Amino acid sequence: MSAIAEEIPLSERGPAPTRIVVSFGFWLFLLSDIVIFSALFAAYAVLAQRTAGGPTGAQIFDLKHVFLETCCLLVSSFTCGLCVLAMERRSHTMIYVWAAVTFVLGVSFISLELSEFIGMFSRGINPARSAFLSAFFGLVGTHGIHVTAGLCWLAVMMGQIATLGLRPKVAQRLVCFSLFWHALDLVWIGVFTIVYLGART
Amino acid sequence: MFGKLSLAAIPWNQPIPLITSAVIIVLLAAILTLVTYKGWWPYLWREWLTSTDHKRIGVMYVVLALVMLIRGFSDAIMMRSQLAVAAGSAAGYLPPEHYDQIFSAHGTIMIFFVAMTFVIGLMNFAVPLQLGVRDVAFPVLNSVSFWLTAAGVLLVNVSLVIGEFARTGWLVYPPLSEIAYSPGVGVDYYLWSLQISGLGTLLAGINFTTTILKLRAPGMSYSRMPIFCWTALASNLLIVAAFPILTATFAMLLLDRYLGFHFFTNEAGGNPMMYINLIWAWGHPEVYILILPAFGVFSEVIATFSGKPLFGHRSMVIATMAICMLSFMVWLHHFFTMGAGANVNAFFGIMTMIIAVPTGVKVFNWLFTLYWGEVRFTSPVYWSLGFMVTFVIGGMTGVLLAIPPADFVLHNSLFLVAHFHNVIIGGVVFGAMAGYTYWFPKAFGFTLDERLGKAAFWCWFIGFYLAFMPLYVLGLMGATRRMQHYSDTSWQPLMLVAFAGAIVILAGMSFTIAQLIYSIKTRERRRDTTGDPWNGRTLEWSTASPPPPWNFTVLPQVSGIDEFWRMKHAGKKLTSGAAPPPSIHVPRSSSLGFLTAFCAVIFGFAAIWHIWWLAILGLVGAIALTLNHSWQLDTEVQVSAKEIAEFETRRKVKPG
Amino acid sequence: MRVPIKTRAVLVLFGSVLFECGCSTSGVLDPHGPIGGAERTILFNATVIMLAVVVPVILATGLFAWWFRAGNRRARREPEWEYAGRIEFVVWAIPALVVLFLGGICWIGSHDLDPRTRLHASAAPIEVEVVSLDWKWLFIYPNLGVASVNRLVAPAGTPLHFRLTSAGVMNSFFIPQLGSQIYTMAGMATELNLQADDPGTYAGLSAQFSGDGFSDMRFEVAAVSAQAFAEWIAETRAHGGALDTHEYAELTRPTHKDAPRTFAAVSPNLFDAILATPGAAPLEISK
Repeated sequence: MSAIAEEIPLSERGPAPTRIVVSFGFWLFLLSDIVIFSALFAAYAVLAQRTAGGPTGAQIFDLKHVFLETCCLLVSSFTCGLCVLAMERRSHTMIYVWAAVTFVLGVSFISLELSEFIGMFSRGINPARSAFLSAFFGLVGTHGIHVTAGLCWLAVMMGQIATLGLRPKVAQRLVCFSLFWHALDLVWIGVFTIVYLGART
Repeated sequence: MFGKLSLAAIPWNQPIPLITSAVIIVLLAAILTLVTYKGWWPYLWREWLTSTDHKRIGVMYVVLALVMLIRGFSDAIMMRSQLAVAAGSAAGYLPPEHYDQIFSAHGTIMIFFVAMTFVIGLMNFAVPLQLGVRDVAFPVLNSVSFWLTAAGVLLVNVSLVIGEFARTGWLVYPPLSEIAYSPGVGVDYYLWSLQISGLGTLLAGINFTTTILKLRAPGMSYSRMPIFCWTALASNLLIVAAFPILTATFAMLLLDRYLGFHFFTNEAGGNPMMYINLIWAWGHPEVYILILPAFGVFSEVIATFSGKPLFGHRSMVIATMAICMLSFMVWLHHFFTMGAGANVNAFFGIMTMIIAVPTGVKVFNWLFTLYWGEVRFTSPVYWSLGFMVTFVIGGMTGVLLAIPPADFVLHNSLFLVAHFHNVIIGGVVFGAMAGYTYWFPKAFGFTLDERLGKAAFWCWFIGFYLAFMPLYVLGLMGATRRMQHYSDTSWQPLMLVAFAGAIVILAGMSFTIAQLIYSIKTRERRRDTTGDPWNGRTLEWSTASPPPPWNFTVLPQVSGIDEFWRMKHAGKKLTSGAAPPPSIHVPRSSSLGFLTAFCAVIFGFAAIWHIWWLAILGLVGAIALTLNHSWQLDTEVQVSAKEIAEFETRRKVKPG
Repeated sequence: MRVPIKTRAVLVLFGSVLFECGCSTSGVLDPHGPIGGAERTILFNATVIMLAVVVPVILATGLFAWWFRAGNRRARREPEWEYAGRIEFVVWAIPALVVLFLGGICWIGSHDLDPRTRLHASAAPIEVEVVSLDWKWLFIYPNLGVASVNRLVAPAGTPLHFRLTSAGVMNSFFIPQLGSQIYTMAGMATELNLQADDPGTYAGLSAQFSGDGFSDMRFEVAAVSAQAFAEWIAETRAHGGALDTHEYAELTRPTHKDAPRTFAAVSPNLFDAILATPGAAPLEISK
């Protein structure tokens, strides 16, 4: 190969390095996850008015509660970013610190959401009541399951960093986790806007 | 303790499933006993079941497809024979409860476990070789994808022995598929089986898209990529974009059935029309997922056996990507009769016709590839020519159905059934058979017997027309699909012709099986010693047959389309004298795929029968296995320079 | 010579199919109403237009493959030929033109034959409300106060305006010789306009699979003279019981192969009551 490196177009440089391949693959996975959420959002849009004589969104959503959840999640996204920055600086202590803060904020989000759901169930507001509630619990519940899975993943990542160290494979996975966490944040912004704020109109 | 499961789940009082199940169980037991007796388990485990080699995984996918073809086809023979006799007041030999499961299983198996599996198998085998690289982007994930698909296959087949299958048709429309109208386990078997295999397919889509976009030989820009890889890219992009819709929709139906949600129920505001929209938003891209790689196979085969480059390569690529995008904009043509209104119907009708434009372009370009070429009539070429003739008829009836007022009288009739079999058999099956015959020598080191291959083709070709042309006529006579019997006896002669066609197709399948057995027995006569039995054009033919696990000792340096052909004719070596590397890393085999699928089967079966503790166990098992795998550091095996050199000398003809 | 035989075989098969189509005595190609007639015209026109492209393509496939076979010394070979701008233009243009033409048929046809479009006729339309049940069809004549199961009697030459729904699962109301079908769905009212031009008996069916009794979900359409229709109405009113909530609840129970029967009286609000309670029988009908 006599050509100077910069002159070779990216598409002709041969197989890409592993970290690019892994990130790209994970992006595709995230896109596919967003498609799942799109289908759930579409279902919500179609079913939002079909309350079958039961409660409407405006009647059951507590926006202050939801605002608190949103703060927890958004801040946790920020602290997750700080965690990744700490990882790039190879600052082990700060990795654990920011990861722990992210974890606590995530758990707070889930606890707040669970308390919202349990409160609703105790008042007979459950998915079997109407199509609107099915769509609500389906969409928000799926998001909650994703967040819970993310928290488990975060815990596993801390375990891996502790036992395997910050080798490239582990660092890559932490970056993938942070992409996942940010994506869940984006989905939540959609949920917050379309479901909770949308119910007021 | 065992949820809804009891001994009553076994179909004691239904002779046909009972006897079939018994036969299958005996056959399986015999095969397992043989394998154990011969001591083949260590070999099978090491070389196949835990393999992360895309070539092995591709072969396993194709084997699975062929086995499921037999199962799906037996359903078809039962349907055809039932309809051949159930005219007038005759009830036939299959009661509705049974017949309904048969046609539902037939569609489900053929689409998900034959067509998808075959196509993914061919892409698995050929794409990395054509791209000039060692393996796909995520080899362990590749194994997981295959085994999750196999798990889905197992669950669907278990429904024959324990319980029942869905009685709703292959897309399980609500409200019929809701608990109120389908209280049994049939729909649950369908849903869980497809959720599990759907996950496998989605992961494969991610894997291949990443491979094609990020892992190509040096110098292989997009314009130098083989056409099969382009169609594989389009297909896998569609998988990534469409399969999640299937997952979400089935999840919603599962929530309705298990937890009393109301997404698609009649009461409490549910909306079955939404299901139909969502499922076809997946369903239409799905058929393009199937046909695009078949188009790619035909492009490769016709170019190779005409001794000419594919005519209008750039046009073909543009047409492929156009089809890819347009396939998302036509889904409503599957339910024009739902009453959407003239503007909406007309829009989707016109969009559907627009897709016919790039498809037509492809057909013309294949014609002009033949033109001025030197056409060798091997069996892949037979399949390709048969495809070109058959597919245009199917395409024509498709465009006909795309006109809403025409669809108003033909929707859900046997005309529709004839149309989609026309394009799927003429397109996907013929393409699969062409690809199978074409790449077989690369995979196994010897070509398949040509005469038996051509006999198989003629039986499929003639059988197809005999089986499905009468259905076009019957549809026009007012016959609807999914009938278990009919009162108009003037339809019976046509049904008999259709049954005869099915028998001829059966002969075709028998020839394919005979071809395989005979070819293996007489393989020394047709050994492929050069790696290039067809005078091929693309990079896979530059490797040995079969290729070593690492595919290419030195990755080829690509400077144009049909790089291998160019190099052959320029007399140059493929890798421009680059020295072999001191060692090559290949992915280590992994039991993750097989074991996770095992847990998935446990989970699926338990979920179907409401055995909650077992379902949790299966889920926990799968998660534990994945976590365990993630802690493994040693994921590659080193192939030494000595082994590489030994392999190269053993090859009778050097590469390039 | 293999390939010409193949092409010939295909053409013969196809020709015989077309011939059989022409001989068909019932079904879509033998319409007895304006909607069916218009739809058959579209079918023929579109098929002929497409055959103009499809037949040459099929012939060319066989011809090119055979003429350019490896053994043919007379054939010209150009092993490097892979592109020609003019051919590319034609190759995109032909499908585009066909699609343009068919697109026009599609747009116009979809609007002219929209199920909701009323038919132009001198007579006032007969209103029929259709309910698909497991596994039978209920026809309510709201303005005439009678109802019928599995048999639709209608005056020939008079437009029929249908409102349709389902008592449970999805079905599709279809009379092949009169034209368009339309889905029936619980909680939704679809709309259809048809007309039988000539007196006669036509077959009706469900075209959307709805369960075990689906194959028997057939109904008879009897198009009769206006006089005979009036007589049928009078006779129906004179015999049989009323279709009240109790009777309707009985009808919703799954049955197979129901014989046609009639009801002498029915509330004009029954259909709306059924619409309002999708999937369940209404408990009462508003007066």
